[in-house]
Amino acid sequence: MKTFNIIIAGVGGQGLITLNNIIAKAALNGGYDVKTSELHGLSQRAGSVETHLRFGKKVYSPLVVAGKADLVLGLEITEGMRAVRFSNPKTIFVVNDNYISFLENISKKEIEKKIKSSVGKNLRLVLASEICEKELGEEVVSSVYLLGYCVFKKLIPLKPDSVLKAIKEIISKKYLELNKKAFNLANSHD
Amino acid sequence: MKKEILLGNEAIVQGALEAGVSFVSGYPGCPSAEIGQGFLDVAKEKGIYAEWSVNEKVALETAIGASFSGLKSLVNMKSFGINVCSDSLFPLAYTGTKAGMVIVVADDPSCWSSAQSEQDSRGYAYLSRIPMVEPADPQEAYEFTKLAYEISEKFNTPVILRITTRVAHQRMPVQFEGVKIENEFLKKGEFVKDYKRFSTMPPRVLEMKKELLEKIEKIKQFAEKSKLNKIVGCRTYHNLGIISSGVAYLHVKEALEEMNLDLPVFKLGLFYPLPEKKINGFLKPLKKVLVAEEVDPYIEKEVMATVQKSNLKLEIFGRELVSEIGELNQEKIKFALSKILRIKYKKPIIINSDLPRRHPQLCSGCPYWPAFSAIKKFSPEGTIFGGDIGCNMLSGVSPHNIQDYLFSMGSSVSIGHGIIKSTSQKVVAIMGDGTFFHAGIPALINSVYNKSNILLFILDNRITAMTGHQENPGMGKNGMKEDSPMLKIEEIVAACGVKNIKVISPDNLKELDETIKDFLNKEETSVIISRKICALLEKRQLKQQNENI
Repeated sequence: MKTFNIIIAGVGGQGLITLNNIIAKAALNGGYDVKTSELHGLSQRAGSVETHLRFGKKVYSPLVVAGKADLVLGLEITEGMRAVRFSNPKTIFVVNDNYISFLENISKKEIEKKIKSSVGKNLRLVLASEICEKELGEEVVSSVYLLGYCVFKKLIPLKPDSVLKAIKEIISKKYLELNKKAFNLANSHD
Repeated sequence: MKKEILLGNEAIVQGALEAGVSFVSGYPGCPSAEIGQGFLDVAKEKGIYAEWSVNEKVALETAIGASFSGLKSLVNMKSFGINVCSDSLFPLAYTGTKAGMVIVVADDPSCWSSAQSEQDSRGYAYLSRIPMVEPADPQEAYEFTKLAYEISEKFNTPVILRITTRVAHQRMPVQFEGVKIENEFLKKGEFVKDYKRFSTMPPRVLEMKKELLEKIEKIKQFAEKSKLNKIVGCRTYHNLGIISSGVAYLHVKEALEEMNLDLPVFKLGLFYPLPEKKINGFLKPLKKVLVAEEVDPYIEKEVMATVQKSNLKLEIFGRELVSEIGELNQEKIKFALSKILRIKYKKPIIINSDLPRRHPQLCSGCPYWPAFSAIKKFSPEGTIFGGDIGCNMLSGVSPHNIQDYLFSMGSSVSIGHGIIKSTSQKVVAIMGDGTFFHAGIPALINSVYNKSNILLFILDNRITAMTGHQENPGMGKNGMKEDSPMLKIEEIVAACGVKNIKVISPDNLKELDETIKDFLNKEETSVIISRKICALLEKRQLKQQNENI
């Protein structure tokens, strides 16, 4: 298999690194070599954050370069849009339909229009936050829901079992059931 | 053998524990903070001593004491930390170590989490004459840490382990021994007096220099055979070779694979001292060489010197194709290789999002919010605002925009003092509590002593927050979470000779208004301590309390 390149884009504090770790572990569980790269510190303080994740037979560089992502996981719509520089005409965008406003006020409508016109048919705008809030009472697991969406729709070459095993290995006991539910919930929605 | 996905920083902790480290000191910074924290988290369980020191100079000196007492030590810091500790780093090269010592320095190419400068700390290896190893990924970070201790013990020298953000914060499956580690610190060291060895008093100091130069010659011989330096790939009709080090090597391997090229690559794991003969042997059959290194062209200059000295006919490519600004990636290497091999380079089509930046900002509920607005609102027109390192750096971005200069830890006061002495303008310096303990105190004493009327705002949020919430001397807790004396900033400030001191909550706007106006009209140095706990810390404490009920 050709190395699979993922960009997870979001806002500092959204739990990008946990999601990154789950996918990395799932890739290892699936028998792949894997490398990731993340940023801490200043760049995490409610600013734009992206983590790079690559898995395949043998991975050298931990970075996904511009134009080379196979999948963009956007935990927030503006940041999903910002990640278009990593995309090519084949890149799939799975983006949480959730908007975290920032100082340079742009409306969600504008961002939606922008991302739809830039990504086109490869965009999957998923109501992850809304569904998790409604069905589980917890918005925080929307990123795991989004991952479930990718796995069950086969947008990421990982098996549900590898991912569930990774969730068990990474998430603390207290939040495990909630995360498993969020993951499986994505299987019951279209 | 175990195999787990580890962060580069975690791999260093694992390697050092397996090497038998029992004494760890450091100062938190990004991207190195998880190293010190990693040791602190397991210190009690593994029987080692670990601390957050007050700054990097103190951290290094603390470890020197441990090494002289026979304990294996590790010092951890970010790039600029090595500037702070360099004063003792140089004499340490002269005295050498007794028990093994590894100094981890984490640079941040592209300045993802660093103001100040895009520092390439490799230069310190030359300045101090301390061997430096450079891993490319977490697996190497683990292995090189162990090898660094071997070199340190073999030659009685400290060894610098230099990493960068993309190594420190890279994750991959790492194979490690994972043997049960019993490091049993419990004050088992002993300082055996040896004046000739530990004191750099002249004229002995020049003898020490001679000994150091001889030692470096020996390490050079060692470097020629060390497995830290390796040659991979095979020679092709291109007669082109690549020399690389650190994470740049991974980008080189990736680029070669994508371009379907098999070229010889010399990977330097030991940056200083360089294996000159081995490099020479590598270069000899080549017609062209690309030096692929991140940030500053140190290796390139060495290669140029070797080529000249040995009269080799060789074209050297480096800086003109690989920028010295910002981190590298596989695409930049592909570009350089395409130019050298005269292959058409297909630039990927990049769609620009055309979005305004989402700047990092203060957390919601952060006590710095009201403090910044009060400073901005109540200082008279034309006041100069000095910035400092930490969360308060964010005073420089929207919506605050109150930062007229920003340098290094503690510099807001001293630069302000210089401005006051040179002009008739008013200066407010803004600094956090962690930075005050780190480097603010001497600067404050200086402004009192030399009669400056600067107003220093110490934003005391009761923790070193920016780097991920580490303990500091104001908290009454040390890094190992033990109770320790709580140093009161107002008492230190008073002891520095400051007469105008007020501790005010940032929510008390009326008092802030009056005090700022009052203090800015004083003839002497003034300090306002704006005290309110970090919002994240408060949230966490409340959560813990609720869980305990």
